[in-house]
Amino acid sequence: MTSQTARLAAAALAALLAGAAAQAEIAPSDVAIADGALETPVADAPGDAERGKAWYADRGLGNCMTCHQNAALPEISFQGDVAPPLDGVGARYSEAELRAIVVNSKEVFGEQTFMPAFYRIDGLKIVRKESVGKPILDAQQVEDVVAYLKTLTD
Amino acid sequence: MNRYALGVGAAAMVVGAAALADPNTDVALEIDGVAIKTIAASAHADNPIGDTLISGWHYRNDETRALQLDDFDNPAFLAVELGRELWEAADGASGKSCADCHGGIDGFAGLRANMPKWSEAAGRPLTLEQWINWSRKEHQGAEPWKWESEQMLGMTAAIAVESRGMPMDVQTDGPMAEWFEKGRDLYYTRTGQLDFACASCHEANSGMMLRADHLSQGHLNGFPTYRLKWQGIGSIHRRLKGCVQDTRAEPYAVGSDELVALELYVSWRGEGLDIEAPAVRQ
Ligand code: HEC
Ligand code: HEC
Ligand code: HEC
Repeated sequence: MTSQTARLAAAALAALLAGAAAQAEIAPSDVAIADGALETPVADAPGDAERGKAWYADRGLGNCMTCHQNAALPEISFQGDVAPPLDGVGARYSEAELRAIVVNSKEVFGEQTFMPAFYRIDGLKIVRKESVGKPILDAQQVEDVVAYLKTLTD
Repeated sequence: MNRYALGVGAAAMVVGAAALADPNTDVALEIDGVAIKTIAASAHADNPIGDTLISGWHYRNDETRALQLDDFDNPAFLAVELGRELWEAADGASGKSCADCHGGIDGFAGLRANMPKWSEAAGRPLTLEQWINWSRKEHQGAEPWKWESEQMLGMTAAIAVESRGMPMDVQTDGPMAEWFEKGRDLYYTRTGQLDFACASCHEANSGMMLRADHLSQGHLNGFPTYRLKWQGIGSIHRRLKGCVQDTRAEPYAVGSDELVALELYVSWRGEGLDIEAPAVRQ
């Protein structure tokens, strides 16, 4: 090892340790849901409910209203009805359970559920090129959506 | 409903919404005195849809449904007219028209209902588009038409309308069995970033609202179909490709073996229904 690569390696290690101390982002393939819950946030910063509301309604991101009704968003017309309404979901489920549902609904409701897994990249077929290796929501967006769901308490 | 573990109030709300979203089955499709079976008993006890087949016509709104009741109002008839003109037009090295060899286009009554159909010459099933291009090459000595060209859409529409009111009837045994199985596998294969299969939408959730879209059983008896969204008429493969694309997948190509196999399997799921092409949809 030349002295230069050694210095670079040391710097990388330091950066990694600093990150770990702050709380590292968890990659989609490393998520471990247990008993329908995921205690550890997947992003390194806390979720923001306002942003989460925007991701919820964004057609290219959460697009949650395509399937779910949500009385807290009366401004969105044509909410779908293929899934249960999300009213009160923040009271029905713990944060860890909501995180698990958003991250990988298949592990919570079963393989056959209609709800997409929003933070998963494995086991998918013929994904369009621009989405290969990318989850539907990124780690921070997942935490934002979870923070928003927590506000739906009645 | 209790699979969702809802409170009573919430359950009532979902039931109410579902009732609104039911297909309108109080209407009947009759065009020029020909009654067309758009609600029918399935021809197969093992059809996963169940006993009752309902064409997409019943899931559309009143205005869209009305456009199909009279050929003068049906915007797909521009294409039919073009197809009828092409039928009479000489083309290719033979210098012959379709009519010169085939006679009246009504001689093809029933043909659309049998598509895709096995070809001994090709050793595979061919769709109506592929049969037409095969005959243009083999007999007429003409260049193939592009799948989604106005000539091809016109000709398939003009041929399809001759089968209106005739039951869907595809071969699925013998050499077709392999294609049928492949089509069925594809129907239940989840694709794309969103991880949906055809069955996720058209089998498990037909009758429900996916945002503003009223999910039908996904039948092919109306194709080629005029879609208001397309502002024009489109082929079966264009529709299927669009559905696959909506799962955020790299879709199968128009004319690919995958779409031919799917077309065969989905046609079988519709057996019991009559051809109603060219249909009008949102
Ligand atoms: C394609 C349809 C679809 C989309 C899009 C969708 N869901 Fe779901 N979701 C479902 C279905 C279906 C269920 C019911 C679970 C089951 O039984 O399969 C469900 C269940 C849930 C539940 C549990 C509700 C309860 O009362 O048990 C939550 C929370 C949830 N979804 C949140 C979301 C959020 C947040 C989004 C957007 C980021 C979203 N869903 C997008 C279909 C969808
Ligand atoms: C030179 C004569 C000739 C011309 C011109 C011609 N065809 Fe054909 N076509 C045939 C023959 C012969 C067959 C094979 C019939 C058979 O084997 O039963 C055939 C078969 C077909 C078939 C398959 C029918 C079936 O029952 O499987 C279709 C569809 C078809 N032609 C469409 C067309 C169209 C559309 C045109 C005009 C664009 C056209 N053909 C022009 C001679 C012709
Ligand atoms: C995400 C949901 C979704 C998926 C997955 C999906 N479709 Fe569709 N499909 C729709 C919607 C929405 C429409 C338009 C409304 C309707 O007729 O259901 C439609 C329309 C159709 C139609 C036209 C029906 C008519 O009456 O004109 C056919 C056929 C069809 N789909 C077949 C398929 C096949 C085959 C697949 C799998 C390759 C598939 N769809 C996958 C949502 C979906």
